[in-house]
Amino acid sequence: MNWGGIVENALRAAVGDFAAVFALAAIGLNVHFGYTGLLNFGQVGFMAVGAYGIAVAVTYLGLSMWVGLAVGLGASVVLALLLGLPTLRLRADYLAIVTIAAAEIIRLTFRSVSLRRYTGGSSGLTRFADEFYAVNPLSRGDYGFGPFVFSHRQTWVLVVAWLTVAVVSVMVLVLMRSPWGRVLKSIREDEEAARSLGKNVYWYKMQSLAFGGIIGSLAGFVLAISTQSVQPDTYSSAVTFFAYVVLILGGTARVLGPVVGSMIFWMLLSLTDNVLRAAVREGHIPAAIMSGVQVGQVRFMLVGLGLILLLVYRSQGIFGDRREIELDVR
Amino acid sequence: MHLRILAVLATALFLSMVPGVPAAAQESGGGEESVRGTITDGDGEPVEGVDIIVETLDGEEVGVATTGPDGSYELELPGPGEYRATIDQETLDELELELRNPDRATLEFPVRPGQSRPLLFPLGESTRSISGTFVRALQLLVEGVKFGLIIAMCAVGLSLIFGTTGLVNFAHGELVTFGALAAWIANVLLGLHFVPATVVGVLAGGLAGAALDKGLWRPLRRRGTGLIALLVISIGLGLLVRYIFLYQFGGRTRPYAQYVAQRAISLGPITIAPKDIVSILVSLAVLAAVGIALQRTQAGKAMRAVADNPDLASSSGIDVERVILLVWAFGGGLAALGGTLLGLTEQVSWQMGYQLLLLMFAGVILGGLGTAYGALVGSFVVGVFLQTSTLVISPELKNVGALLILILILLVRPQGILGQAERVG
Amino acid sequence: MSADQSEGPLAGVPAEPGVGKPDAILVADGVIRRFGGLTAVEVDHLEVQRGVITALIGPNGAGKTTFFNLVTAFDHPDTGQFVFDGRPLGRLPAHKVARRGMVRTFQLTKALSRLTVLDNMKLGATGQRGERFLPALLPLLWREQDREIEQRALDLLARFQLDKMAGEFAGTLSGGQRKLLEMARALMVEPKMVLLDEPMAGVNPVLTQSLLTHVRDLRDLGMTVLFVEHDMDVVYDISDWVVVMAEGRIIAEGPPRVIGANPAVIDAYLGAHHDAPTTDAEEQRRLDDAEAVIEAEAGARPKGRR
Repeated sequence: MNWGGIVENALRAAVGDFAAVFALAAIGLNVHFGYTGLLNFGQVGFMAVGAYGIAVAVTYLGLSMWVGLAVGLGASVVLALLLGLPTLRLRADYLAIVTIAAAEIIRLTFRSVSLRRYTGGSSGLTRFADEFYAVNPLSRGDYGFGPFVFSHRQTWVLVVAWLTVAVVSVMVLVLMRSPWGRVLKSIREDEEAARSLGKNVYWYKMQSLAFGGIIGSLAGFVLAISTQSVQPDTYSSAVTFFAYVVLILGGTARVLGPVVGSMIFWMLLSLTDNVLRAAVREGHIPAAIMSGVQVGQVRFMLVGLGLILLLVYRSQGIFGDRREIELDVR
Repeated sequence: MHLRILAVLATALFLSMVPGVPAAAQESGGGEESVRGTITDGDGEPVEGVDIIVETLDGEEVGVATTGPDGSYELELPGPGEYRATIDQETLDELELELRNPDRATLEFPVRPGQSRPLLFPLGESTRSISGTFVRALQLLVEGVKFGLIIAMCAVGLSLIFGTTGLVNFAHGELVTFGALAAWIANVLLGLHFVPATVVGVLAGGLAGAALDKGLWRPLRRRGTGLIALLVISIGLGLLVRYIFLYQFGGRTRPYAQYVAQRAISLGPITIAPKDIVSILVSLAVLAAVGIALQRTQAGKAMRAVADNPDLASSSGIDVERVILLVWAFGGGLAALGGTLLGLTEQVSWQMGYQLLLLMFAGVILGGLGTAYGALVGSFVVGVFLQTSTLVISPELKNVGALLILILILLVRPQGILGQAERVG
Repeated sequence: MSADQSEGPLAGVPAEPGVGKPDAILVADGVIRRFGGLTAVEVDHLEVQRGVITALIGPNGAGKTTFFNLVTAFDHPDTGQFVFDGRPLGRLPAHKVARRGMVRTFQLTKALSRLTVLDNMKLGATGQRGERFLPALLPLLWREQDREIEQRALDLLARFQLDKMAGEFAGTLSGGQRKLLEMARALMVEPKMVLLDEPMAGVNPVLTQSLLTHVRDLRDLGMTVLFVEHDMDVVYDISDWVVVMAEGRIIAEGPPRVIGANPAVIDAYLGAHHDAPTTDAEEQRRLDDAEAVIEAEAGARPKGRR
């Protein structure tokens, strides 16, 4: 087994585009779930409207990709309003059901044959982000050091993606130390108490949903631009579950939790994937037990298992402080 | 406690490693593979301009074939493996044509190396234009009744589990799949007839429900794990189990050994396969029995009492934990039966239950979360609505319609049809 | 205080249900709230005098908490309305009622566990610039105000002897400290009227005295206090006026000593077939008995799941 190559791949995965995408998605979830206590299980819906916002604006409407970004952001705000209006007054578990349903509605709608002309149906849309690569200041060639060597195109995507992560993280940091963030946290702890102190809980929940949703659509942008394609089935509910694992792994209600969580998550997935693939290829695991195709399925099992184990044994995340969580049991 | 949860998880993982149904090889080989066919209308005349969309089972599109003037089409495939072909309803609509069997708009099929796979999309006379909207509505209504009853059966457990424990069980769909799969194994691999195989499936579902409660949920309740954490755990569990199914069973949909293709019989203006009539009758009988059991039997009364108010039930001497265990077993068995009946008409697949989950939620919320009868009524309405909505919207969007209705209900009457407003404070 | 006559602003006000007050800050009119077939609250008319401490008593299930919920807009009546400080509340949402100057506490204390004690306090301040999304991003815009709020919070915490705990998570406080925190936090809103839902419940006797002092302080600072309480000693000790509810209705009101001797009140607590208690201690014992029974029933009542 080529351990060197496997480790190298794992390290690259920790800083790769997927790590950045899921860091952003999980930062959005952190605003929702970690700080405000909103159970949003449709984060992938925000990613999808962001990604399709660009793709449809460019390929169907013929607009510039930069306008497409605005379309995507606008769409995610509209989605937040649509989701929030009926559900934010209701119990937390209703929000979970409605958001997961909404994400599914979005995916089914984008892949429907009747909208093929606009969204490309099940095959999606491609080649809409040329403008992004056109402004790449890096000249042709490879950049980086050690295992972290990427082509000039990849490097450009990664630099912009991680810069976005940094800017968003700083925003979250500032906001959560502000009185605004204090109100969100008070809603997480007890929304009736917040209401009794004159806070418009509904409106703050809406702001939180929209803000976290916008961050989710940024994740969609990065994914769409980095792969130059959107496909409806990329945006299945499993993506939201992945983002939850990332968030809980890194620790909820911590600014850097989602970022660290995402890097570790993708490193671990890359490791298990590559080790299993190599083991199957080299016959360490008999083909009767696992085929190459099935390695991909193991990933989902591990994520499911990880979610269970984290919540049962370490709901504070791998770096969190157990005592803080115990305060939750009132 | 920790040990018990670990043991459950270890068992799950172990099961996933046992060699299962051999998945069809998807590795690429030589040769030139393709799909082909000819589309003709009910009179045998070739039809031009119909699109057939071909994709892999993962949903990756391979290409679109369009029929020529002679009605024929052909599309080259990237290699052997499993594919899915869908006839584009929209192009058919434009030509005012319709499939003889609307359930067969999408075909899934394996392609061997070098094979040129023929596909059949038999067209019939368009019932829409000839037999009129009324008959079509009636036909859809019957299908809706069948589907609604199945959802109802699956959802009773979901609602009762919520009522008794407060858990929103996102892994309930997997109980549905589990029952259908267990019945499939008994039926196809062990050679049992479908009817006893169904009994096996139901028993397996009930056992699985009970085992989940005893091995996982009860210990977690004892620890005082919060409801939100439990909800997320159920999502993780659902994901884990779902992919164990995929791992073991493969991505194909598979039929039971009996009653695969039945000639539909005419009942007045509508046509219906005998197995669908049986499915409706069995569902009705079971649901009626459930209703009576909840109303009359000791266990049923206890379940409703606990769902209504766990504290009060407990203080009046009911063994709440026992009732909860019973609810899980009962809900698991019903979900399994629903899964088997669903598999009878739509075949068995690894994510059939998950695809039903949101519809169950829609039904349960419509009826009022936590109430048993509400779940029955709500699910029934959702099923009927789902099918009849295809009168006006494209069938591929019917789920979208149902989920939108779910959101609208929450907007207008969050406590559901049969639920009561909650008291504040 | 005299035995049967109120002093101060309420002197000369007759002790009868629905009586008018010289300077009412809160007026309830024809308020009815039903749950299914059960009428939880049916208050024809009630006025609460400004600047005094009014106690709301009655057996459990009498509708006191529901009435609190209705007043503070956590729930809305089927019919009827409230006028607060001269302005009708209409269907104003709860947070706006709070901003008008009427703040409540809860029967089960709602300390925000994973916020520090200081943050709990600062949350209470109204009109914070940094509570809007965009200004929140620029600390320059709100830092000055935040500092003033912090100072006010620290002063209040010192008054409530919680200043040493300012940096701790509120979840680490004892039950009594949480009650204090909740009261102090309510003061951060700078209310005209404070509604306390069982402020002494589950607090040890030593802390009860301190809590009582604080409640009196509120009145001395010019605030109006309306509180629900079961401990009759407490009620006699600090209230200027007592309102008695039973089965959703107001059955009596008046100065504490008058109420203590009112046979209708005793009936409501103990049932009509009991003889009137002979001594205060006897009455207390019976009240405690009655309450234990009621409490047990209340514990079995459905709670809102969350």
